[in-house]
Amino acid sequence: MRAIKRLALLPLLLALAGCNWVVMNPSGDIANQQRDLILISTALMLLIIIPVMALTVLFAWRYRQSNKDAVYDAEWHHSTRLEVVIWAAPLVIIIALGAITWISTHLLDPYRPLSRIDAARPMPKDAKPLNVEVVALDWKWLFFYPDYGVATVNELAAPVDAPIHFKITSSTVMNSLFIPALAGQIYAMPGMETKLHAVINKPGDYEGFSANYSGAGFSDMRFKFRGLDAAGFEAWIKQARDAGGMLDRAVYTELERPSVAEPVKRWSSVEGGLYDAILNRCVDRAKMCAKDMMRVDAQGGGGKEGTGAVLAFEKPDASGAATPKRFVSAVACTTAAPRDGETAETPIPAPIGRRAEASTMTSIFALARGDDLPARPAAGGRPE
Amino acid sequence: MTPAPTSESVLFGKLSLAALPLHEPILVATFAVVALGGVAILGALTYYRVWGYLWREWITSIDHKKIGIMYIILALVMLLRGFSDAIMMRLQQAIAFAGAEGYLPPHHYDQIFTAHGVIMIFFVAMPFITGFMNYLVPLQIGARDVAFPFLNNFSFWMTVGGAVLTMISLFVGEYAATGWLAYPPLSGLASSPGVGVDYYIWSLQVAGVGTLLSGVNLIATIVKMRAPGMTMMRLPVFTWTALCSNILIVASFPVLTAALALLSLDRYLGTAFFTNDFGGSAMMYVNLIWIWGHPEVYILVLPAFGIFSEVVATYCGKRLFGYASMVYATVVITILSYLVWLHHFFTMGSGASVNSFFGITTMIISIPTGAKIFNWLFTMYRGRIRFELPMMWTVAFMLTFVIGGMTGVLLAVPPADFVLHNSLFLVAHFHNVIIGGVLFGLFAGIAYWFPKVTGFKLDVFWGKVSFWCWVVGFYFAFMPLYVLGLMGVTRRMNRFEDPSLQIWFVIAAFGAVLIAFGIGAFLLQLFVSFRKREQLKDLTGDPWNGRTLEWSTSSPPPAYNFAFTPVVHDLDPWWDMKRRGYVRPTEGFIPIHMPKNTGAGVVLAGLSVVCGFGLIWHIWWLAGAAFVTIVVSAIVHTFNYARDFHIPASEVTETENGRTRMLAAGV
Amino acid sequence: MSTPSTVPADNGTIFYLRSEHHPENGTLLGFWLYLMSDCLIFACLFASYGVLGRNYAAGPSGADLFDLPLVALNTTMLLLSSITYGFAMLEMAKNRVGLMLSWLVLTLLFGLAFLSIELYEFHHMIAEGATPQRSAFLSSFFTLVGTHGLHVTFGCIWLVTLMVQVAKRGLIAENKRRLMCLSMFWHFLDVVWIGVFSFVYLIGSMS
Repeated sequence: MRAIKRLALLPLLLALAGCNWVVMNPSGDIANQQRDLILISTALMLLIIIPVMALTVLFAWRYRQSNKDAVYDAEWHHSTRLEVVIWAAPLVIIIALGAITWISTHLLDPYRPLSRIDAARPMPKDAKPLNVEVVALDWKWLFFYPDYGVATVNELAAPVDAPIHFKITSSTVMNSLFIPALAGQIYAMPGMETKLHAVINKPGDYEGFSANYSGAGFSDMRFKFRGLDAAGFEAWIKQARDAGGMLDRAVYTELERPSVAEPVKRWSSVEGGLYDAILNRCVDRAKMCAKDMMRVDAQGGGGKEGTGAVLAFEKPDASGAATPKRFVSAVACTTAAPRDGETAETPIPAPIGRRAEASTMTSIFALARGDDLPARPAAGGRPE
Repeated sequence: MTPAPTSESVLFGKLSLAALPLHEPILVATFAVVALGGVAILGALTYYRVWGYLWREWITSIDHKKIGIMYIILALVMLLRGFSDAIMMRLQQAIAFAGAEGYLPPHHYDQIFTAHGVIMIFFVAMPFITGFMNYLVPLQIGARDVAFPFLNNFSFWMTVGGAVLTMISLFVGEYAATGWLAYPPLSGLASSPGVGVDYYIWSLQVAGVGTLLSGVNLIATIVKMRAPGMTMMRLPVFTWTALCSNILIVASFPVLTAALALLSLDRYLGTAFFTNDFGGSAMMYVNLIWIWGHPEVYILVLPAFGIFSEVVATYCGKRLFGYASMVYATVVITILSYLVWLHHFFTMGSGASVNSFFGITTMIISIPTGAKIFNWLFTMYRGRIRFELPMMWTVAFMLTFVIGGMTGVLLAVPPADFVLHNSLFLVAHFHNVIIGGVLFGLFAGIAYWFPKVTGFKLDVFWGKVSFWCWVVGFYFAFMPLYVLGLMGVTRRMNRFEDPSLQIWFVIAAFGAVLIAFGIGAFLLQLFVSFRKREQLKDLTGDPWNGRTLEWSTSSPPPAYNFAFTPVVHDLDPWWDMKRRGYVRPTEGFIPIHMPKNTGAGVVLAGLSVVCGFGLIWHIWWLAGAAFVTIVVSAIVHTFNYARDFHIPASEVTETENGRTRMLAAGV
Repeated sequence: MSTPSTVPADNGTIFYLRSEHHPENGTLLGFWLYLMSDCLIFACLFASYGVLGRNYAAGPSGADLFDLPLVALNTTMLLLSSITYGFAMLEMAKNRVGLMLSWLVLTLLFGLAFLSIELYEFHHMIAEGATPQRSAFLSSFFTLVGTHGLHVTFGCIWLVTLMVQVAKRGLIAENKRRLMCLSMFWHFLDVVWIGVFSFVYLIGSMS
């Protein structure tokens, strides 16, 4: 296998010299392994593709009409031995490739924590991963660094040789987080969280972007990914810390509005639980969080009383045009069914939905009819 | 209920003068050209008084041959539209570098790549394939027509209806800017509030009815209408692939219909199937659309494989190598095509075991496909190959398709897909299999069966020019995209920052220009061949020394196909008949029972277009009225019991005598 | 050009039929194929109900909304209509137009009763605020049940059309074939409804 790989590499490396074939020449261990897999699979398939192409040309030439020397046998149309070969040959290749696929898919599963820094170095047991929470917005990328409490837009950095643990979601539509030099992509989808584990081995500035078309501003949905040494990364974090400002729900709501080619932005602090609120689609405190909704649903729904827990209103956007919005009201979360786990000390009785007090429901209907959003205390359960 | 936008009027719905894209110079110019061309054509038709002829002989025709030809004409017309989109994209990507915006703003560009994909698949490849199947299947199985001739006419006009709605979107309103599969939430009301996605939905729904019914029709035809002696294992390979392709249509298009119906409910009624809130699941749409979408690929490519099988056997002067294994391979591909859909979204976070399962099933499909390639290869072995145009296309296909197949298997390895998904490598891959597989097959088929359809052969010189432009153009246009994919360049980009990429896009644009020449040469070939039709005339009905039953009748075949129903004794029945000294009957003809023409199909399809237009623009009264009229006209149509007639024996005798004279002249 | 190598002329072989060939009529097969495609549409709707059927969005569930006795009555109506359609087909086999038409009228009445009860149920739910927009569960519920209802509606229109055609032209071959097709359609809707009843209503009421 090694020999095949080397052989396939040789001409490619020549072609690559001086050209930025990032997928073929990446800087992160995961992407490197993915590159190797491409080369091995291609080499395996060429074992059958090259003979087929050669035979096609050979037969086409040899049995051309003008070549009267070639044998012509109009009745030759079956050969069991040959039939076995033509089914078995691809089968053997596919068995080999299938085995490689099974193993590599499990080893390179983006959800699997890394076991090595690169081909030569295993991952130390005590290696502390860098956690990054990623949100795809229309049309920019928001990165939270929960370990450092900072956040950035359209710039991502990581220390070299440290495992990075991404959690990824999106605000409105599907995107795909892709940094070809680092690792393969994974989708960013609203209301869902995907994960990616990767490591960057060489310092440098790399391209990152959305690899899934997401609307008008898609082409500019790009960011810099900076692989930095430890000191450089500290400096980069400090840069964010020095930027000041807090990314809270209000700032995020502004940021969430569609915009194209956003410059890099940094915040030195982030409101607690903001990523979680984005993931659960309840940055607007009037909305019920998806996880609360799922918990209510798991216990049999909100009952008939929950029917009216819907707010519908027209919310003017920046251009002044009113876009209709509907959502499930957070008020359906009662003390018995707390919102966002904020009062976790209260045990949650089941079934939650059915227990909704009549008085709460009255207020829901009042709300549903009224125009104003409930004025809820800004502070959540967690210190901010 | 979703509150309706305030700007809707009762009479015109969302439609207003603002819907006309008067501010887009490209569209205004296109509209001027199309309008002038349209007026010129309509004027010419009126001047030469051919409306009556068109109505009687074509529009209302239920003759499977004429419907097949009309499908192919539709496909050719739409190919020009789809290709215009392609070359606009290539031009934009070749110039929009390092700060340059190009000439297409995102709003326009995004509609173009969506329209390109939809048109090429639904209104070029599908009508092409359906046209071929319509024309050839009854001839190859020795039948007079398809099982349901009226339904066939209706299916065709519904397909046209879908195409018409798509074309209207060019000048009235906009098209979807979502990509050709319109994934929600992007295609939902919040992200796509305009009429574009509605045009997408209703054009596909209208055309989908046609496709589904034509699938039912052709299956029933192949199962029930075969000539005596034609057992399943004596079916010509093209008919076998047509059968499998139509089974795939019947078993997959309902899923598309359902997925689009749910999307339209989300958009029209505010339901929560694919929404972000209220418990919807956008990934369910992605699953549904690919449960249709992957079989769709095989719907297109299987009949192309059938065409190559016929062509190889004929031009090698040799029975197809491994007929039975070819049939089994086709059936295996048909079944497996349902077990692979998830490979289109490995990157959406499925578990490693799920991803590997779908990756490996995908690879398994390459085994029967590989067997097919070998079968063609060993048909050439010890053959006597005549390099006429169809055979040239076939060899080009074999060399090109294996590359596409290889990159396809590569993309089926999930970790490799993580870096290649949605990249230009993927774009290169599927163009490699669709152009290198389906389109080359269609051109081979056109060159092969053209004399059967028209009675004269195609001009070889312009055919070769077209062939070389297409093949070389294809490599220039798509090999750079493989390279760009390996450089990490993603698809559907409107402009680029890295100037070092530009050269590859310029090469790709050059390839697209070569392909444009290929299309031009093909049209010229049609024109030149028509001018030289006397010289190129096929008197025998069997210009290539063919093997299957369609070559046993005249070129073009009479309305009734065969004066007497053939009896089949072997695979390649016409070859068998020639070998065993078959003598063509010249007397004793009897009246032939045939179905009658009807205008119901075109009327119903026209009303469906009106209904779709009403729904797209929220003109509820129009949609409602059109729908009620559709139901009423359909019912009225069922009250017509006089649907068939007999061609008198004298007329059959006259036609057949004409053929006798032609054969005598040809000898 | 290579010619087929000729084998000795085999004059006994018949290469064509001198009389008109009448292949079997494909209508019933074709209609059955259509039904299978329709079945796939229902399969998709069942699947989406399967995926979304518990996403109540903190709203009401099936257990809160379904009125099982009413649905049981509704199911009875549809099953009875299938039985009466069966009797009509038996009469058709005996060529008794009058009796057949009476059974068809009965079938139509049962069909209309089914539709009325379904409309009442829908109206009641919507009036309570359990609209198709309230949750993914309700979206998929209304779509699945409503699609079935639309099919029954078209079945009724078709049934009336066929009754008029039989009255006008009697039990000619075409009309018999059409009645057979509608029969398949009608029983197919019954089978689908049994799926809806057990999968949606029964399981939904129990959860």
